[in-house]
Amino acid sequence: MTRLLSDWHRYWITFATILTKEILRFTRIWVQTILPSVITTTLYFVIFGRLIGDRIGTMEGFAYLDFIVPGLVLMGVITNSYSNVVSSFYSSKFSRYIEELLISPAPNWVILAGYVAGGVARGLVVGGAVMLVAMVFTDLQIHSLGIMLLICLMTATLFSLGGFINAIYANSFDDISIVPTFVLTPLTYLGGVFYSIELLPDVWQILSLANPLLYMVNAFRYGLLGVSDIPIGLAFGMILILIVVLAAISLNLLRRGVGIKT
Amino acid sequence: MPALAVQQLTKTYKGGFQALKGIDLGVEQGDFFALLGPNGAGKSTFIGIVASLVNKTAGSVNVFGHDLDRDPEGVKSCIGLVPQEFNFNLFLPVFEVVLNQAGYYGIPRREAKVRAERSLRQLDLWDRRDSEMRTLSGGLKRRLMIARALVHRPRLLILDEPTAGVDIEIRRSMWSFLRELNAEGTTIILTTHYLEEAESLCRNIAIINRGEIAERSSVADLLNTLHTETFVLNLKGRVSELPELGGFVLQHLDDCTLEVEMNRDHTINGLFDALSRNGIEVISLRNKQNRLERLFLEMVDRRATEAGDGA
Repeated sequence: MTRLLSDWHRYWITFATILTKEILRFTRIWVQTILPSVITTTLYFVIFGRLIGDRIGTMEGFAYLDFIVPGLVLMGVITNSYSNVVSSFYSSKFSRYIEELLISPAPNWVILAGYVAGGVARGLVVGGAVMLVAMVFTDLQIHSLGIMLLICLMTATLFSLGGFINAIYANSFDDISIVPTFVLTPLTYLGGVFYSIELLPDVWQILSLANPLLYMVNAFRYGLLGVSDIPIGLAFGMILILIVVLAAISLNLLRRGVGIKT
Repeated sequence: MPALAVQQLTKTYKGGFQALKGIDLGVEQGDFFALLGPNGAGKSTFIGIVASLVNKTAGSVNVFGHDLDRDPEGVKSCIGLVPQEFNFNLFLPVFEVVLNQAGYYGIPRREAKVRAERSLRQLDLWDRRDSEMRTLSGGLKRRLMIARALVHRPRLLILDEPTAGVDIEIRRSMWSFLRELNAEGTTIILTTHYLEEAESLCRNIAIINRGEIAERSSVADLLNTLHTETFVLNLKGRVSELPELGGFVLQHLDDCTLEVEMNRDHTINGLFDALSRNGIEVISLRNKQNRLERLFLEMVDRRATEAGDGA
């Protein structure tokens, strides 16, 4: 029992060390990590919300500016949680300081949890900053803070895990930008950030259901506005299943030492 | 209980290259042990497996009674590793590098700060604690790797060519530090290309060649197998004709420098007496070649010849 408690205490310290290191990393370079998302989403609010939004009218009963807020916040969460883990873990591989962790008695799940928590932290910081910007442009009443925060947390966890797997397989700095550019960005834009899928023809509506980001954006929109194109329970279930699958893949990769051991 | 017990350790890389061919090796607690071998012999693979940086293909590794397969956390807790190549986040301050390492080993923050300070002071790095890693010289980075490896007080310290590329002054101070550490009870395994280093520091030695243990002995026993030694003498004045001295083979390097090969049955005093009788005065002398280096080269050459014959 004492050994078990002391092991858990040790694991907690290791986890806290990795998390602190990750938070210090992205806050030290906040101009590169936090500011760009805030500037980009501010431009979205100004252009799509203020300038063009008035001509679009309402979407699902909300002013267009209000409708796009959840998607823009979640877009910041997704891209930042992903890119934090992929760039940090790949850098540690590239400069070989991942060896500091590999030789230590930290179990693989603690290493994974530490890096994922770092990604979640950056995702939440950027999401919060974008939300503050949104407050300047809109006068939103939050429908369910609990659902909003939970979806934010789960989405950040999911994409941090995605970033981790990408970093494991990456062999160059080019490899860490391929997925964000060619997979994440298109899926985010097609995931209902700027429109309701009800506007799409039937075929495209069905195809959109295969896009996991649609579930996250809609669940977050439900938390903020109280409207969603899909059932909220289905969205939670989908995200949870994906988290379990990606966590299992990540732990298996770590156990086999893929990309980090010879 | 040995500090390290390795049995039938085998490593075959993707592509089929067999870096280790079933190595058996034991290192006793408190030993200062040298692991030597030419480039590509398998030293770093061996160390990588023991330190959990390389996956073994077969065999067992046991560190202070902890089996690597059954209790990897126990094994890792006992080991401190100073790798051959720098493996730092170059943008972190020195103190944070050591502090993080302590955290990875589960040492609470307050205690970690105390230990990090002690480690940095031991290696004369405390004044550079706020410097970013990238601003340190090669020698300071080498010292920092030792400080980092010691922060969790390992029972077994493994150093993979720790003095590569550092100047003589820093190398000597590192030797002195490692001797003290060993005297305090830390078992040390060292790989090096400077055979003078192994001869000066280590009590026992293993030579790895082509993935196999070619020799395992004490340094003293190994050196005793040398039958002759060669010295270079700087002479006072020119010597044009060399005298015949029984037991000594003399050879001119130039008019004022002689090379003398002497049998171990003879003494330096005897050599000086014989030279004095022939009117030759010696200003200074030095070993032509490090003794261990000579043995090492002989051994590697012999193995290469045997391998050639075998083919």
